[in-house]
Amino acid sequence: MTIDWPAFTPGSALTGGLLIGFAAAFLALTLGRVAGISGILGSLLVSARGASADRGWRIAFLVGLVLAPAVATLAAVPLPPVQTLVDWPWLVLAGLLVGLGTRIGSGCTSGHGVCGLARGSLRSLAATLTFMAFGVGTVWLFEHALRVSP
Amino acid sequence: MRAVAAFLCGLIFGVGLLVSQMTNPMKVIGFLDVFGRWDPSLALVMGGALVVASIGFWWVERRGRTMLGDELALPPRRPVDARLLGGSALFGIGWGIGGFCPGPAVVAASALSFDAAIFVVAMLAGMWIATRLASRLATPAGAGQAAAGPGAQ
Repeated sequence: MTIDWPAFTPGSALTGGLLIGFAAAFLALTLGRVAGISGILGSLLVSARGASADRGWRIAFLVGLVLAPAVATLAAVPLPPVQTLVDWPWLVLAGLLVGLGTRIGSGCTSGHGVCGLARGSLRSLAATLTFMAFGVGTVWLFEHALRVSP
Repeated sequence: MRAVAAFLCGLIFGVGLLVSQMTNPMKVIGFLDVFGRWDPSLALVMGGALVVASIGFWWVERRGRTMLGDELALPPRRPVDARLLGGSALFGIGWGIGGFCPGPAVVAASALSFDAAIFVVAMLAGMWIATRLASRLATPAGAGQAAAGPGAQ
C-alpha cells in the first residue's frame, strides 16, 4: 500500500464529514429517523399505501439533497468534478447492483456506514465491513487484476 | 416544521457530500484502491461524520423523544443475517465498479452529471427489482416488511 498524498484532502474530507454527521444527528433529533439515502429512495418507490406519514419528510429530504449543488454554487462552494472511470454499460451494471444490494441489505454508506455505526449497531458494522471489503476487492480486480479501466 | 427540518437535513447532507468530494467517483475509487495508490480521504469523511452523528444519536436515544416531542422511529436492533451480508456484498461490488453510492450519486446527478444520472436510473431500477423480488419470494407478511419495514434504512 502506498498513500496517494497529492490526492489526499484531509481538510475538505473532515469538514464535509462533520456536515454529513450534523445532518444525520439533526434528522435524528428532530424527526427521530435514520438518514439512510437508499431507504428513503427505496421507500418512495413502493406504493404510498400505509406510509403516507413518512412520505412527506422523505420527499422534503430528497428535495434538499437535490438542491444541494445549486445552493453550494450560490454560497460560492466550489463543486467537485464528477470523474467516472468506467463506460456507461458498467455504470448501468453498477447502478443495478447498488440498487439491489442496498435494498436487500437494508442500507448503504449513509444508513449503515454513518447512522448505524453511530448507534453502535452490530448489523451496520457487519454490513459496513462487508461492503467495504467487496468494494476494495472489486477495485483491486478492475484496477489491478483485469485492468478494465484506465 | 417536520418537512422544513427534513429539507434542511437533506440540504446539509448534500453540501457535506459535495465539500468532502464524495460525489466524485475518482475519490471513492481512490479510497477503495487499498492495494494501489490509496487516498485515505473517505476515512476522514466517515470518521468526522461518525463523531457528530454518535453524539446526536446518543442524546436522542437517551431522551427517548425527538426535540419536537415525537416518538423515535429508529430501526430496531436485529441479528446479523445472510440477507444483510449478501445485499451488502452486492452493494460493495457495484460501489467498486462505479464509485457511486446512493447519496453522492443523487447529488452528482443534481449537479448535472450525465454519468451520475445514468447510474441513478439504473439504481432506482435495481431498488424496484429488489422490492419485487422480496414480495415474490417472501410470505405476504414478510413481503410487507421487506418493502417498507422499520428495519429498512
